[in-house]
Amino acid sequence: MTVRSLPAPGWLTGLGRRLSGGASSRWFPYLLVLPLVLVLWGYVVQPMFATFAESVSADGTENYLQFLNSSGVARQSLLTSLFISAGSVLLCGTVGVSMAFLLKRFTFRGRRLLEAFILVPAALPPLIGAVSFQLLYSNIGILPRGLQALFGTDKPVLAFDGIAGVLVVHTFTMYPFFYLAAAAALAGMDPSVEEAAYNLGAGRVRVWRTVMLPMLTPALVSASLLVFMTSLASYTAPLLFNVSQTMTMQIYINRTNGDLPMASAYASVLGIVSIIFLLSMRWYEGRRSYQSQSKGISATRREINNPIGRWLAPLASVLATIVLLAPVATIALVAFSENRSWTTQVLPTTYTLDNFVTIFSDPKAFQPILNSVQMSLIAVVGCVGIGVLIAYAVRRLRFVGRGLLDVAVMIAWALPGTVVAINLISAFSTGNAFSLGQVLVGTFWILPLAYFVRFLPIVFRSSSAALALIDPSLEEAARNLGASWARAFGSVTLRLMLPGVLAGGLLAFVHGVGEFVASVLIYTSSTVPISVAINNRMYSFELGTAAAYGMLQVLLIFVVMWFSGRLESSRTATRKAVQWTN
Amino acid sequence: MIDVRLATVSKRFDTSSDAAAVDNVTITIGAGEFFTLLGPSGCGKTTTLRMVAGFYFPTSGHIHFGDDDVTRWSPNKRDTGMVFQNYALFPHMSVAQNVAYGLKVRRVPRADRARRVEEALAQVHLTGYGDRRIDALSGGQQQRVALARALVIRPRTLLLDEPLSNLDAKLREETRTEIRRIQRESGITSLYVTHDQAEAMAMSDRIAVMQSGRVQQVGTPHEVYYTPANAFVARFIGRSNVLSLPVVSARETRVEVRLPGGATLDVGAAVGHRLAEGDTALVSARPEHITIAGPDEESALRGRISHIEFTGMATHLSVDVDGTDVMAAVIDAPVGIQLGDVVGLRLVPERLWVVQP
Repeated sequence: MTVRSLPAPGWLTGLGRRLSGGASSRWFPYLLVLPLVLVLWGYVVQPMFATFAESVSADGTENYLQFLNSSGVARQSLLTSLFISAGSVLLCGTVGVSMAFLLKRFTFRGRRLLEAFILVPAALPPLIGAVSFQLLYSNIGILPRGLQALFGTDKPVLAFDGIAGVLVVHTFTMYPFFYLAAAAALAGMDPSVEEAAYNLGAGRVRVWRTVMLPMLTPALVSASLLVFMTSLASYTAPLLFNVSQTMTMQIYINRTNGDLPMASAYASVLGIVSIIFLLSMRWYEGRRSYQSQSKGISATRREINNPIGRWLAPLASVLATIVLLAPVATIALVAFSENRSWTTQVLPTTYTLDNFVTIFSDPKAFQPILNSVQMSLIAVVGCVGIGVLIAYAVRRLRFVGRGLLDVAVMIAWALPGTVVAINLISAFSTGNAFSLGQVLVGTFWILPLAYFVRFLPIVFRSSSAALALIDPSLEEAARNLGASWARAFGSVTLRLMLPGVLAGGLLAFVHGVGEFVASVLIYTSSTVPISVAINNRMYSFELGTAAAYGMLQVLLIFVVMWFSGRLESSRTATRKAVQWTN
Repeated sequence: MIDVRLATVSKRFDTSSDAAAVDNVTITIGAGEFFTLLGPSGCGKTTTLRMVAGFYFPTSGHIHFGDDDVTRWSPNKRDTGMVFQNYALFPHMSVAQNVAYGLKVRRVPRADRARRVEEALAQVHLTGYGDRRIDALSGGQQQRVALARALVIRPRTLLLDEPLSNLDAKLREETRTEIRRIQRESGITSLYVTHDQAEAMAMSDRIAVMQSGRVQQVGTPHEVYYTPANAFVARFIGRSNVLSLPVVSARETRVEVRLPGGATLDVGAAVGHRLAEGDTALVSARPEHITIAGPDEESALRGRISHIEFTGMATHLSVDVDGTDVMAAVIDAPVGIQLGDVVGLRLVPERLWVVQP
């Protein structure tokens, strides 16, 4: 086709033609992606470089050389962090895999009860999880004191402290990673493969060693990497159990002592280790997994026939359920106890509603709730807007650098909260283009920004999962019927993605309201979020009020879980517990 | 010589309900025999096979291998070789490792093992495939690996659970011939499960036809085809018209019935049929045992053609005889016969058989 063009500059008509090509133009992806790239660069990647620059600003590589110094705190902290992470992987692996086997492969009385509560630990906000464990199992905890009273000893019995305490908290809160991975692998595994091994004469142990374990390996490896990363990023457990020589604690300590370059060095090292783990996880996930080749054959659960087992199973289920629910129950109990009344007794002695009354009637006590809700909402709006578009770009558009965009979002997920906070402090302690020239440190805005960076991946993932289930031809059909790209996207694709996006947004909101790790490094006196308020109340020994705040967080989580459960069940295909494992 | 014996075996999955997946099944399988459990889906045939393999234990009854009561033996002690419907190959092992698995478990020395794996692969025409990965094989090849894996251990019994159902039609026919050839060569007692009656007829020494957890009939392909025990077997094996006809007289193995036209036919019946004059007998007449006669022939059924299709080898007709559709497959049908014609259908008396309801 030849068009006699008006005498306009060549580049202008060229641009005009490209843009009038609309979404089918090959420039369209770049127009859409450019702002997304800027956001990820400005708030995720560039702050990492700012932190690195900060870490070498004062004395060059001196801060990093400390990691090589055998007597230094830095090296010791790195080793302790790695040790705790390795230990957590072993313990979580043992608990999670046994649970998955027990619940997915056997049937016994009490199984349903146990199964109903098995994922509760994963839903607790990190601070609440650690606090409840402190109240339960540390030397001021209910159980050790109870045993002390029972046996009449001088000291609390079986009190967990230090690294052991951290490991217990990690095991309890992170075994769901292994449980979910192993349960999914078991569900996807063709049961006749196992039967074939028995049929060929292999005994139970041999079947385990030569068939089951090799087939579970992919799931176990990715769960291990996940637990290792999460343990490395763990901050609340070392804080509450007084393990000061871990990477995250050192970041916090150096930051509060005003040594930002050293804190930045720790943050850079931790960030790099986390990204290495992220990349190895992605590399490993690209390899094959052994999913079922058969159709419609479900694994049969084995009945426990052993008489001791039959008798023991319900008892153990009830016991395990009590252990699973004890943290929430403890928080609930303490929330009704009078501040400072609980000293050395096993359980609090005086109960009151005052804690809740205070929170809702004292404006100063209510302020943290307002802050958290407000900051989380702002962050969630950003997460949804950007997360949905990134998911769409990564899943549906073809452009150079698609993989990098994907990796950039996942880096935001892999970075520990502490590192995110330090990165933002380093990047926005002076104004730059991404903060519109403003200094953000010490202002309200840095908190929502941190939440945005931390929880963007959650919305991205759920949107991406929702998008994966939508046939691209639906959008094409809308375009074919004459809708513009924006209209087709809005009225068809986005509409169908909505339940997934909503579930992701709610989850991001819940995480925002429970956020502690990054907040504690960047809050100001006027932007105290709930978790920091809990921590402060704990320090001033107002356990009751602290627990009452915690109780409200837990309630919010259960309401949201129930609600997104309903969202999900309307679209059974995407019912994946994976969302809860972020 | 009896090799496998199931004595009054029942299986209830839900002990609170009365419904039994397998109900009082008694079967004996001779040494070297190729025995098939045939029935529609849900009839209990796979459950029965899995009880023989040891993956389920019977709720009541006993299973014997020779002199051993294996009812409660665990699967790995039974020395059966099973070919699963979906093959159940170990995805993390190579072809050779899959085949060698049972030998390793049996502690066969390495050199011996390699030789036997080679032999087994040769037997299923997969020589040179030993190092392949499982997911690099086609469905038919996977099926043969599964067969080799089950055969290489020289099991006392070979169990095959619908092994051909995931193959396409052409491959299925080739493979069934192949399985039967290998089974004959090795002489291994085999228990085969299928819902495909043509497959069962083509392969088996004997067939047990099952429905609703019960064995309806056990017999050679010839027996279940020509002398079906009941209406279900008659209709399930091939196609059959089951006609209700009044009994004129009855002897031990013969029953005389009256056709609507008035003529009587002497029909074979099983011993103990318990029919007497005045009863109504169910007579199985296969479409291919019906020929076309003139509409006025006295010994014929008379009706109007309600459906007709020419398949090349035969003409398939449906004829409406007093409200009942009678199917006929006629070779050399009269030229010009067409829909709506009134015809007579002549039954071949020596091929008719009285069945139980």
